[in-house]
Amino acid sequence: MTLLRRDVVKALLAERGELLVVAGLGSTAWDCTAAGDSPLTFPMWGAMGCAAMMGLGLALAQPRRRVLVLTGDGEMLMGLGSLATIGVQKPQNLMVAVIDNERYGETGMQATHTAHGVNLAAMARAAGFASGVLVRDMAGVAALRHSLQQGAGPHFAQIKVAAEKVPLVLPPRDGALLKNRFRQALLGASAALQ
Amino acid sequence: MNAPVATDIDWPLATHQVLARLGFGVVGYVPDAGHKRLIELCQADARMRSVVMTTEEEGIGLAAGAWLGGAKCALLMQSSGVGNIVNALGMVHECRIPVLIVVTMRGEYGEFNPWQVPMGQATAEVLRAMGVAVQQANAAAEVPAHVDAAARLAFGGYCAAAVLISQRVIGIKSFQEQAEQ
Repeated sequence: MTLLRRDVVKALLAERGELLVVAGLGSTAWDCTAAGDSPLTFPMWGAMGCAAMMGLGLALAQPRRRVLVLTGDGEMLMGLGSLATIGVQKPQNLMVAVIDNERYGETGMQATHTAHGVNLAAMARAAGFASGVLVRDMAGVAALRHSLQQGAGPHFAQIKVAAEKVPLVLPPRDGALLKNRFRQALLGASAALQ
Repeated sequence: MNAPVATDIDWPLATHQVLARLGFGVVGYVPDAGHKRLIELCQADARMRSVVMTTEEEGIGLAAGAWLGGAKCALLMQSSGVGNIVNALGMVHECRIPVLIVVTMRGEYGEFNPWQVPMGQATAEVLRAMGVAVQQANAAAEVPAHVDAAARLAFGGYCAAAVLISQRVIGIKSFQEQAEQ
């Protein structure tokens, strides 16, 4: 049974507690919103290829909080060098989870490199991540939840999902609003005065 | 004569002191000859997390994530690297994320490599086109003050600010000199 992206993201974000989330542009940002909008989710509407590095910056700034980057295969492919950079920094509190439908979902469902066999999880392992797993079932997703909460990372997961069109559930678009609500939820009201 | 025009102060040391005093907790860089000493000073400073990157574009994500988490980030890059950050700067502009960018120039003053010239000549214009405030330091003594001012502008004004350090300060690279080192 092929995994469905909304089920996967909903499971990863269930009872998320103090988890900080960066959502890569496009479908994964909509998935996170469908699972429940939160000020501690930062959905990207641009800067394609930068999601994993945003997660690294956040993980370094907040070493006591868990950080999850949820992004798509196309977005991750555009920033492959960041796997090497994260592999060097080795932040224990970071997980990068790629929702891999093997398609560019926002531009017409064209095949990405992962459709042709490019193995992102193996790349992450080779780059120095503590783990890099290919996930194809909900048991694998449940194991990720465990790593997300307590394992020493950085962790990487490539989660194969169906190439389906799902209803758009959009987060706010205003970048300054998204930044400010995240910082105030994380750092307190004084963040506005920093 | 390829020596730097002005060597009256140790600009990397003074610039590192500025970054430390202003509380920069994360410094992202791609290795660069002009920034070599400043990078080494930042690496040796336990108050700063130095992050070596594969391309300058990673730095924009790094800086944005750091700021979401409450940390100030400075990026050190060569002028050619400015060409690699252009689209990502759109996020900085839209989200009003403060970031300090310190750029060592190539293709600008006595350059010998023609492949460096187009990006070097376009650097300031490209940054301004993306909403980045630009300050140009043409002498070593100006660099720390410019970095201090640009950092205040960036973090006071919630924007990106760049200091372009002229090849007059860094010295003009030549293969002959490299061969002799």
